[in-house]
This record gives sequence, C-alpha cells and structure tokens, in this order.
Amino acid sequence: MNKFWIVLWHTYTTKLKAKLFLITTIIMSLLVFTIANIQHIIEFFTKDEKTTVAVIDTTGAFYEPLAAQLKQEKHDDLQLKKVTGSEEKAKADVRAGKWDALLVLSADNEQLPEAAYYANTLADSDTPKEIEQALQQLKTALATAKLGLKQEQIAQLYEPVPFKKAALEKNAKTEEELNQARALVYVLLFAMYMFVFMYGGMISTEVATEKSSRVMEILVSSAPPIQQLFGKIFGIALLSLTQFAILFAVGFAALKSSGQELWKFLGFDHLPVSTFVYAIIFFFLGYFLYATLFAVLGSLVSRVEDVQQMIMPVTTLVIAAFMIAMFGLGAPESSFITATSFIPFFTPMIMFLRVGLLPVPVWEVALSLALLIVTIGLLAFFGSKVYRGGVLMYGKASSLKDMKKAVQLTKK
Amino acid sequence: MALQLEHVTKRFGEVTAVNDVTLTIPEGNLFGFLGANGAGKTTTFRMILGLLEPTAGTITWNGEKIDYSKSHLIGYLPEERGLYPKLKVKEQLIYLGRLRGLDKAAIVKEMEAWLERFHVPEYAEKRIEELSKGNQQKIQFIAAVLHKPKLLILDEPFSGLDPVNVELLKEAVIDLKNNGTTIVFSSHRMEHVEELCEHLCIMHRGRPVVYGALKEIKRSFGKKNVIIHADMPLDELAEFPGVVKMKRTAEGVHLQIESEGVSQKILSHIANKGFIRKFALEEPSLNDIFIEKVGAAYE
Repeated sequence: MNKFWIVLWHTYTTKLKAKLFLITTIIMSLLVFTIANIQHIIEFFTKDEKTTVAVIDTTGAFYEPLAAQLKQEKHDDLQLKKVTGSEEKAKADVRAGKWDALLVLSADNEQLPEAAYYANTLADSDTPKEIEQALQQLKTALATAKLGLKQEQIAQLYEPVPFKKAALEKNAKTEEELNQARALVYVLLFAMYMFVFMYGGMISTEVATEKSSRVMEILVSSAPPIQQLFGKIFGIALLSLTQFAILFAVGFAALKSSGQELWKFLGFDHLPVSTFVYAIIFFFLGYFLYATLFAVLGSLVSRVEDVQQMIMPVTTLVIAAFMIAMFGLGAPESSFITATSFIPFFTPMIMFLRVGLLPVPVWEVALSLALLIVTIGLLAFFGSKVYRGGVLMYGKASSLKDMKKAVQLTKK
Repeated sequence: MALQLEHVTKRFGEVTAVNDVTLTIPEGNLFGFLGANGAGKTTTFRMILGLLEPTAGTITWNGEKIDYSKSHLIGYLPEERGLYPKLKVKEQLIYLGRLRGLDKAAIVKEMEAWLERFHVPEYAEKRIEELSKGNQQKIQFIAAVLHKPKLLILDEPFSGLDPVNVELLKEAVIDLKNNGTTIVFSSHRMEHVEELCEHLCIMHRGRPVVYGALKEIKRSFGKKNVIIHADMPLDELAEFPGVVKMKRTAEGVHLQIESEGVSQKILSHIANKGFIRKFALEEPSLNDIFIEKVGAAYE
C-alpha cells in the first residue's frame, strides 16, 4: 500500500506544480467571479446607454399619458422626445442617427391609440416591447373609461386568479424549492460533466505519456500496476479537489458579496445539505468509474496523439449521460429517467438528478449506489489486468481487440 | 543462492518466444545474454522480473518467486529507454527511487555520487528533455542502481553510447559486481560479453544454444584460430589437413583449425616458403562459437 501513496503524492505534486494547473485555475476563477458578478457587469455597461425615441403624436392626446406611464414603470433608459414636422423628415433623422427610433401615434375609429414604430434595425427588441406594453395599459385605461367602469371594477378585472400548487407527498419539494433545486442540480450536473472530462482526460493523457516516453516499464517493474492505477486516479482526484476548493471559495465569496440575486436563485439561503452530500458522493463515484475507464484506455495506446480517439466511446457515454440529465431536468419522474438512473454509467448524473428534485425511496438510491460500486470494482479488477498487459504493448491501438490482447499478455 | 530458470517456456499465441530454457545464474555473477533481435532475451528478462508469466517452467531467486515484495532488491534497465521528459533529473530519481523503497535523503546522496562519477553533477536540476540520448541513458542507469540492488538486470546497457561512455558504464558495472551484485545483462555485441562476463548464454530463436562459463565454453569448443600475415600465396592452406575454414584478409589469411597441434604443422609447412610477418594462435571468439552452433552468421 506504501507505493500507492508514493504514486498518489507524485501525481498530485507534479500536476500541482505544473504551469497548466496554475493557468487553468486562474482562468476558471476569473470565470466564476465573472458569472457571480454578471449583473453588476451588465449594469456597468448599460448604465449610460439611453435610447431616445422621437414621437409624432398626430392626435395630440396620447403623448403625455404615454410618457407618464413609462415614467411610472421606471424605464429610465428610455427617453421620449416629442417632435413636430413630417414623418418623412423624422424617419430621415432616425436614419441619420439623430434619434434611435421613431414612434407615430394615431387614433383609430374608436378614438383608441394606434402606433407605428420605426428604427434602423429591429435588433433592440426591448424598447418597442416596453413602449407597446405602456401603450397597451393606456389603451385599456381609455377603453374601460369609455365603458364607464368604476376603478374597483377595473382592479377586479385585472386581479390574477389565485392558483395554488401543493405536493401531496411528504418529502416533495414546494414549487419554489423545486425551482431552486433545478437550478442547483443543473449547475452541479454541469460541474460533474466538466469534472469528468477534464480530469478523466488528464488521467488517460498521463498514462499515455508514461507509455510513450517508455518510463512505464521501469514503473511496472517497481510497483504493482493496480497501485499505480489507483495512485494516479486518487492523485488526480486530490488535484481536482484542490482546484474545486479554490473555485468554490472564489465563487462563494463573490456570490456572497455581490451576486445576491444569483445567490437566492440557487437557494443558498436555505442550503439543501442533502443535495450537496449526494452531489459529492455521485461526483466521486462517477469520477472513479470514468477515470478507471480512461486510465485503462490510456494504457492501450502507444502515442499521446491516439488518446482522444481511444477514449471516444467513453466520452460519448459521458455526453449521453449529460444529455439524458438535461432532458430529465424537465421530466424527472418519467420512467425513462427512472430506468437510466440504475444504469451504472448514467447513475452518477441521473440518480443525482432524481434525488436532487424528487423524494426518491432510500432503497432505490442504495441499489443504484451498490450497482455503481460493484461496477467500479469490476472495472478496477479487469482494468488492472488490461493495464498490466497494455503497458507492455506497443503498436497501433484499436480498443477492443487490444484489450483482449493485453489481458492475454498477463496470462501464462 | 542463485537465480534459477527451470524449463521456462513462453508462448504468445502461436509464437514461442522462449523455449525450454534452463539456466542457473550464481550469486555475485556477471552473466551475459547474447542473441540477435527476437532471440527471446527481453522476454526472458520480463519473466524474471515477473512482468510476464511463463507459459511453463519456474523462475526462482534464492528459492523464491520474484514479485513486488522484492522490488527494492532488484534493479532494471529496460531496453526501451525512457524517463519523464518534463521532470528534472532529481525529481525523477526521487520518484523512481522511492518506488524502489528508498527514502529521499538516501536517494539524493546516491544520486550525487553517481552524477559525480559520470562527470555530470550539473544535471541534477535539468529536465530530461534537455539532455542528449546518451546522457539520458546514464540517468536511467542511475535509476536502475540507485537503491543498491542485489539483482541487476540490464537490457542492452551499452547500445547507443559513445566509446567513452561505454567504458564509463563498463567500469560501473564491474564495480557493482565486485560489491556483490548479481548482474544479468544482454547485448548483441559479442565483444562486450566476452570482456565482462564469466558466464554466458547465447540465445537463438528462444533456445539457449551455448551456455556455461566463458573459459569452459572456449576450451570445450576445441577449435582454434590461426592468423597469418605473409607475402607468399597461402591459398593451398585451405586444403591442409586439420584446417576447417579459411578466410582471406588483406594481409594474409584467417584459419580455423581443429586443434592446437595443427598450427605447428602449418607453421613448419610454410616456414621456408617466404617472409612471414605474423603467425599467431588465438582462442576462438564467441562469434566463431556462435556461428558453429547456430550454423549461420550472427549478424
């Protein structure tokens, strides 16, 4: 067991000291920081941008109430400017850039407002929408006034219908909780996906590098392959933990200090501890499952360039799991999701999704975990055999056939 | 107290790489493995190290099977050279040394001594990729002997080195042997084996065709070589009784004779025929023995 720790520590420290680790950690920290502060950043850039819309009011009666309505809705970045003169001249002014857009107000047969909106492009969809809504309000007010309705009657008309949703199951999440959980599960699923790709890929590259540089034969003559295999897998797991700890600290601090809305959106105010515990369990089991596969496949190639091709089937599996999980976010109770949550290669993401969103019976979670652990054990057992033979094998690699060949090498 | 191979056979599917090899390599011996590419040397080494399982037969060292519990007693220089290209020599040796059961302080001490001996103390802080092939090989040799192994296996240790470094490495190998290390090494250069080994084995297509102590092998071979440098024509000697083979050289002929006695008869036969600049009786070379046993030229 001693050599396992040597391999682990060596893998961890050399990767930690590498420039690549420093650079990716900095880039990812910046990314996390940016996302946490995204609202501030958008506000910062849009603060001084005001849209000025020229208004020709052919009736002379709609401009004032419309401006008042917009002001009441606090659209500070939108300014209306009453102009006189012909429509053609105003359009020319818009083309020349004097105004951002032109709004022509007129009245229909019922003396209710009508409008036409002209801009150089319709890329900015917010401004016309805001104006349209304000105008709609105005029209409603005018129309109801014409009908002679009282203010209370109008209010009654617009009051939203009370619609309560409640889950009957005891542990089911409330609507608000579910939305928060969905956001959190989404974020964690995505992290899991990235995690498996980044660090799993790192392992197969590491193994392939040792093989292509031919240092492998010294290694396998010094330490049992299974200890090397797991030394590497755990070493890189430790590396990923270090990176995650840094990113988590950055994200937590940034969110806490500035991203209040995102903070609430993810439901951090009443932190769902169980979701995090499950996330950690499934994260690591998923990582071990895929990392074992990645390491074994890495041991079959002789050149680092062939790694990507070799691990293709496994990466496809990871992508499939992620896609199913994305589908499952909207329909976690579908029988398809329930079924896939028991397939070990999908369990880490899909079962996590289910426990994150639904009250899943304990035995189901336990069963899927047991299946997953057994699969990891089998893969590790079989993998270490392939690994032992694979590292002595050089030449063109093609996964399945070579796996067989590698296992044969370890036999008599 | 020895490394023993008994009826060891290794088959890869249809191919028999090593076929019924029985050898004893005594403790403290410097044992040479000779053979062309594909003769089964590397496969034999990998079986000794436990990297491959023999199809049949047993390999024991001091009566026990070699496994990972003994890896601190064993040193190995694989034929395919390779170290981590991005790591510094020191980091590299520390890692490999620790895997062989040494602690860091001892590794650094040994490393400094060895680098000093190879006249490259400044390499400790260099990355492997910055070193030349020959120097990488020295580092790899150090990695194989750092932990003072009791059994050292060197697969083609001298290939790819310049003559100066070959000498440096030979001296190191001899020193290790004198300190009691059992050394098994392979080479396809007959002269290295002839120079260094007391015992040897010539492999051919997975079988040991010659095996034993060097002196014994030469003595039992019986045949000797005669080298003659002379001005007169010597072609008739090909028909001389007792001459097995004749090869013309620029300055005369090389003869292979059945026994020592024949040389004296040849000498008296040609003594009065002209000016003889050189007449020498020599031990057969390993190459002669190999050709004789295998029935084909070695290289």
